[in-house]
Amino acid sequence: MLEHYFPILVFVAMAFAFGIVLVTAGRLSGGRNPDSEKNSPYECGFSPFESARLPFDVRFYLVAILFIIFDLETAFLFPWALAIRTIGWFGFIAMALFLGLLVIGFIYEWKKGALEWE
Amino acid sequence: MFDQLQTLIWIIIKITVIVLPLLILVAYVTYAERKVIGYIQVRVGPNRVGLKGLLQPFADLIKLVFKEIVVPSRSNPYLFIIAPILSLVPALIAWAVVPFSDGLVLSNINAGVLFLFAVSSLSVYGVLVAGWASNSKYAMFGALRSAAQTVSYEIAMGFSLVGVLMAAGSMNLSQIVAAQSGGIWQWYFLPLLPLFVVFWISGIAETNRAPFDLVEGESEIVAGFHVEYSGVGFALFFLAEYASMVLISVLLSLFFLGGWLSPFEGIPGIEKLFAWIPGFAWLFIKTAFFLFVYIWIRATFPRYRYDQLMRLGWKVLIPVTLVWIAVLGILIKCHCPPWFAI
Amino acid sequence: MTEIRNYTLNFGPQHPAAHGVLRLILELDGEVIVRADPHIGLLHRATEKLAETKPFNQSIGYMDRLDYVSMMANEHGYVLAIEKLLGITPPIRAQYIRVMFDEITRVLNHLLWLGATALDIGAMTVFLYCFREREDLFDCYEAVSGARMHATYYRPGGVYRDLPNKMPQYQPSRWHNEKQVDAMNANREGSLLDFIWAFTERFPKCVDEYETLLTDNRIWKQRTVNIGVVPPERAIQLGFTGPMLRGSGVEWDLRKKQPYEVYDQIDFSIPVGVNGDCYDRYLVRVEELRQSNRIIRQCVEWLRANPGPVVINDHKIVPPRRQEMKDDMESLIHHFKLFTEGYSVPAGEAYAAVEAPKGEFGVYLVSDGANKPYRLKVRAPGFSHLAALDEMVRGHMLADAVAILASQDIVFGEIDR
Repeated sequence: MLEHYFPILVFVAMAFAFGIVLVTAGRLSGGRNPDSEKNSPYECGFSPFESARLPFDVRFYLVAILFIIFDLETAFLFPWALAIRTIGWFGFIAMALFLGLLVIGFIYEWKKGALEWE
Repeated sequence: MFDQLQTLIWIIIKITVIVLPLLILVAYVTYAERKVIGYIQVRVGPNRVGLKGLLQPFADLIKLVFKEIVVPSRSNPYLFIIAPILSLVPALIAWAVVPFSDGLVLSNINAGVLFLFAVSSLSVYGVLVAGWASNSKYAMFGALRSAAQTVSYEIAMGFSLVGVLMAAGSMNLSQIVAAQSGGIWQWYFLPLLPLFVVFWISGIAETNRAPFDLVEGESEIVAGFHVEYSGVGFALFFLAEYASMVLISVLLSLFFLGGWLSPFEGIPGIEKLFAWIPGFAWLFIKTAFFLFVYIWIRATFPRYRYDQLMRLGWKVLIPVTLVWIAVLGILIKCHCPPWFAI
Repeated sequence: MTEIRNYTLNFGPQHPAAHGVLRLILELDGEVIVRADPHIGLLHRATEKLAETKPFNQSIGYMDRLDYVSMMANEHGYVLAIEKLLGITPPIRAQYIRVMFDEITRVLNHLLWLGATALDIGAMTVFLYCFREREDLFDCYEAVSGARMHATYYRPGGVYRDLPNKMPQYQPSRWHNEKQVDAMNANREGSLLDFIWAFTERFPKCVDEYETLLTDNRIWKQRTVNIGVVPPERAIQLGFTGPMLRGSGVEWDLRKKQPYEVYDQIDFSIPVGVNGDCYDRYLVRVEELRQSNRIIRQCVEWLRANPGPVVINDHKIVPPRRQEMKDDMESLIHHFKLFTEGYSVPAGEAYAAVEAPKGEFGVYLVSDGANKPYRLKVRAPGFSHLAALDEMVRGHMLADAVAILASQDIVFGEIDR
């Protein structure tokens, strides 16, 4: 079982190595000639007014929270989907209920305007 | 000990055999993109480097390697350098479980789909880290958009995968393809048509390609998360984007178009006529089709706005998948022929 | 805990959607624009002041460079103002030529606008299609004036010269062999008028092509419908003119309301929008492309049938023909005087406006009787449009700001002058 995953581990290591080799190659062959204008952050040719790392709009977080719920749902659905032929109608209806609850939650969010952006 | 070393070397050789052609393919996808869009736009595209411009991608790569890596003064240098690598790695390692033909796969794991799903979620980190580390407002916008976008389309994508799993009853990619054998009407694009379309659309959105390319949004946020990147850093993002494009195209072929199966399977006469074509070639043709559509879409459509993109994801794609999963469950439970007779 | 502040962002001048050198300071709440502050002046070239230092005719070329995508329309405004002060009227053929080139200019401008707007909204193919057609129109410019953009073709009293009977042709080169060149020269065998006629035959189909890509495209409509809405009353208050005003549903076009040249003898209609959003402005401009095509066709027909002088015969204002100079002392003196000190314009002031592609392009000219203008003031349509940007983008998202800015058809040459 686990020996199937060993090649993946090697692959991850190789992918990292590949990236690092390329970056190093670029670093070595690209030269370094910094000056303050070149290294300033891009803001259409003017100096930025303030740092880019400001607290930002909460709506971005809202999506993240919704995502967690739905991603968990997918995680639950994966094994169910595999076993759907063996678990019989009971398993099917149990999942249907679970999904139904989530759909109700989804509709609630929708109506509450959590999915609106304006 | 020697045995293990031998296995390790064997694995490394196999990985090289996967990655090298992949990188060449990626190089030529960029070339094909420029050529195809060129002809769509009554231009000729690159035609100077090599015969008909065929060496253009390598010229570009060499140029990028010899460019200075500019690290902005206000950035976090370490994160800034690591970000492109973080974005490239998931795009590459996903290929570990992709079968290219029957049995032709690096690691034939049973949780293949789960692995792909996990890895594709990781790809957002590279973009996010790049945007944050750059400490530039345009990059920050790109990163935020990318996070929200990937996260929203991930769900639609996951749900359509659930449909595939239900139909195939396995998470092993080879078995999913095997479950589609028996002719073109057995391929999942028919019974799972809505999921196929959803997966396709969210695949385009996941790879941040037009019309969902707001993460880069040339005319709005200039280049988004990679606005500060030059040289190799930019090349790695570029590579990652195109590798994921190819990956999504291959997955679409595997999940919905029968992978390496011949479209003439089960048709007497014609089946024999095309029997000499290896499965690998069929997969390649199908992948090339999806890649072409990627490019075609890019040349045709305007760009979505940020909120419209989110609305499409949450209010159209997710409900469609939810409904179709329910329908599919009933179809399977009722053993609806011709697809779910067993 | 830091409080959440608005993002202040520099948008332009170094930005693909800044249409030249606009610097916008955007205050953003998330992606929503709270305030937009356009900064202008980065392309200021003191055209008005420069005009005070040289004879009247020498400033015609500067007018081309104001709104550098609707060149001849600007010349037209300036030339009309001088003619008003001088009290002369150009021959009828010159008027038809001016109308024809005004409309060619309008097509040029709207094609660039269409391409650039589509590109800003993300549809990049339309851009190159538009440029394909622009190429032929530039050839028309080149055929009459020798320059592809900054023609300096209009003169007080007419136009510089009559339309050529022969179109310039392509020659075989390293890039194009004999056969390709023959294909490229296919509609260049006849006169300029034949070439323009062939263009007008082809052009409506090209417009259909652009419309197929955009008009009914769902994404295009989502990006433009109800974006940057300006109600008609407000549009008038803000001093909008041209397609911006007509897009808001106000039927105002100088070509109809205060006809100049021969516009009153030409059959065309002016399109108006309903909602005053970006989509309506787009539709108005696309329809104007078709109407301009109609006008050009009528002019070509008239010009084919009616040869005649294209400039008045008053050598105090218009230089004599070159042959006359060779054996006529008086002509030689006229020529010398005109090209050294120019002509003097009676003291007074005049305002002349033309319906430039972007709106009302007006020239206010004050003369103290010298050979140079005492004061020249240009009324650029884009200036009042840009002034309304803040009002139009408030509450919209960053991507909409790009769409709205594009729909205003901003060119900085005329705004900064």
